[in-house]
Amino acid sequence: MELLGKGKKVLLGNEAIARGALEAGVDVVTTYPGTPSSEIADSISMVARYLKSTGKEVPFYFQYSTNEKVAIEFASASSYAGLRALTCMKHVGMNVASDAFMTYAYVGCNGGHVIVTADDPSCHSSQNEQDNRLYAKFASLPMLEPSNPQEAKDMTIKAFELSEELKLPVILRITTRVAHARGVVELKELNMNMKKKEGKFEKGGLAVTVPAIARKLHPILLEKIEKARKISNESELNFIEGNGEYGIITSGVSYNYVKEALDDLGIECKIFKIGMSYPLPDEKIADFLKKCKKVIVVEELEPFLEEGIKVIAKEKGIDVEIIGKGYGNLKRYYEYNPDIVYSTLAEFFGKEWKKENIEVNDIEVNVAPRPPILCPGCPHRATYYAVKQVAPKNTIYPTDIGCYTLGLLPPYETADFLLCMGSSIGTGCGFSYATKQKVISFIGDSTFYHAGLPALINAVHHNHNFVVVILDNYTTAMTGHQPHPGNEINGMGNEALPIDMEKLVKGMGVKHVEVIDPRNLNEAKEAIKRALEYDGLSVIISKAPCILLERKLKKERKLYQINQEKCKKCKICITKFACPAFYMDKNEVKINPALCTGCGVCPQVCPFDAIEVMK
Amino acid sequence: MKKSIVIAGIGGQGVITAANIVAKAALKDGYNVVMSELHGMAQRGGNVECTVRIGNVYSPIVANGTADAIISFEPLEALRNLPKVKKNGIVLTDINPIIPPLVSLGIGNYPKLEEIFDRIAKHCKLIKINADDLARKAGSILTKNVVMLGCLHALKILPIKEESYIKTIKETVPEKYVEMNIKAFNLGKEKI
Repeated sequence: MELLGKGKKVLLGNEAIARGALEAGVDVVTTYPGTPSSEIADSISMVARYLKSTGKEVPFYFQYSTNEKVAIEFASASSYAGLRALTCMKHVGMNVASDAFMTYAYVGCNGGHVIVTADDPSCHSSQNEQDNRLYAKFASLPMLEPSNPQEAKDMTIKAFELSEELKLPVILRITTRVAHARGVVELKELNMNMKKKEGKFEKGGLAVTVPAIARKLHPILLEKIEKARKISNESELNFIEGNGEYGIITSGVSYNYVKEALDDLGIECKIFKIGMSYPLPDEKIADFLKKCKKVIVVEELEPFLEEGIKVIAKEKGIDVEIIGKGYGNLKRYYEYNPDIVYSTLAEFFGKEWKKENIEVNDIEVNVAPRPPILCPGCPHRATYYAVKQVAPKNTIYPTDIGCYTLGLLPPYETADFLLCMGSSIGTGCGFSYATKQKVISFIGDSTFYHAGLPALINAVHHNHNFVVVILDNYTTAMTGHQPHPGNEINGMGNEALPIDMEKLVKGMGVKHVEVIDPRNLNEAKEAIKRALEYDGLSVIISKAPCILLERKLKKERKLYQINQEKCKKCKICITKFACPAFYMDKNEVKINPALCTGCGVCPQVCPFDAIEVMK
Repeated sequence: MKKSIVIAGIGGQGVITAANIVAKAALKDGYNVVMSELHGMAQRGGNVECTVRIGNVYSPIVANGTADAIISFEPLEALRNLPKVKKNGIVLTDINPIIPPLVSLGIGNYPKLEEIFDRIAKHCKLIKINADDLARKAGSILTKNVVMLGCLHALKILPIKEESYIKTIKETVPEKYVEMNIKAFNLGKEKI
């Protein structure tokens, strides 16, 4: 297994973090999957299953927790009992975890605890692009920001040490272009023959955060963060390189763009690379500012460093021009890229970039978009098709986080409102009260366990009148098929007790519950009609496995083809059902056999029985 | 030395695997290598782009107009990525169009192939190959990505040795498909 090897390897940033945790002898890893963080925990899961397959004891415990809050709670307890813990999540996962996280900072930890937040500037696969560096300041927790896979591994190990030194969880903040960058990483010898460690809970600590204790804990936290500031000033993670009158202060992935821009533009100047970005190394920054004629701060999203640096300059009475957001192409939204940084630095240093240095094609290409779509054979397509056949036109469709959000696109258009994990049901309650329109909320199985449950209880208790369709495809599909509480096998590859969703929903008090297989369109349509007619809350569990999983398991599949004599070219299969396996070949509708999964739904869609099993 | 290529295609075509093979082969020859890829949404039939950069490089993505070459598994994706390549750089593309599903629904259009090729050839050195054909000849359409790597190697855009590619392919694909993939690599190489 490559991740357990040694020497120089090309690793994904996320794999490098997993490797770092293993090198640090991590005892407990918890997560809820979310792009761009998923491969950290997935790598740990793979290592656990690999070690098991070779008959070795797995020297750590790993779990895909039901949500990020539970993941942090589990790990905080482990760490309090003295074990080393890693918790990974995407940036918006921190919002879910934040209730635990904010007070956990007060209580602190014993074993090192590293919390990875994978931010997603430009919202490549997210509902917002919040800058989670603000959480470090908000909670008063130290934060490290790697720029590349090698640093990701090294800083993970460093973060465990720092966490134990300060008795505080440490945030490791990465962004998509660090998480999903690959680079050369030097791997040291790795010992996987250790025994599992046992923690011990020492009673009597300041760990019950009633007001009287919380009031004691807050100043203790601030003392710890003062100590962290001293460490930041001495840390080699905050270093200065280069010479010149002008200075650049930067962190994270932006450092890479700065390095290459200076190289390509032929500019010599000082760079302050910040690796520990909370607390900021105030003394070191003050020194740097004093030695510069002019300073520019290059960082993605919020002016986090910039504001900190301006405060330091003001407090220390340093009169130097500090430039940042708003200058050149430096904006508070979207990720940076070489174009943004090159052009801005060219302006800052009074250089011509485009003409002198690099030949740029100023080509405007306007090409048809190719957004991700529901896969051929995806059961969500069948559910959406059935719903659209029977629901009134002005039905409101609150949706949720997962593949099924792709229902937004035509021809389904079964996504009208989305905030966050679980919001389909909470907003369904609200829409059903605020309007007289029918409401059908869509939520996936993993998302339902993650954040749908409290909202469903709300709907039951307050007797809201709408339909919840739980799209149960037996997996967390969008992020890479991680197991969830409905599965029989967990992330360690061990047996787990699957939650019975139907019993769960009925047990919560939902009176009208139906379980359907959406691939039987008539059954699905009838069930949706009944649910819409029902006066009160109704839940439909639309159950069929993710086609990508099913294809892995099933060797044989029936393929379908068009009987051209029967086909009347009504194109319902293309314009209404919209399975990507269908295409027009001149004037004939055809099915691409390489894409057809044999799900068997399209023959039910064709009004002329023109879709047949291929012989 | 700084070399950058963009490998483009559609989810499921093996774009990321191909980029990984290039990166690992480059490391075998002792080069520093940096690569970027996008996960998640790209798996569901969306367009996929990977950047592989070799030498004295830091950034995982390239500035527009600076890539040495684009290796595209589909003609429209070659055009989509055209702004990334430098003037007179190389654009190697497969010639088999895959119509975006939205186009089938009447949203946007797929230009005529000649139009796509003309637009590319105006700025760059265009090389067209029928990689689907060669992949099938090798034994499976799934070897298309390795056919493209054979072409990339023959074009001498990157200073990576043939044996490093072959070694990496052997390490990457399941044992029973090694022979088929090496055949695919050679078919691609010989086509250039």
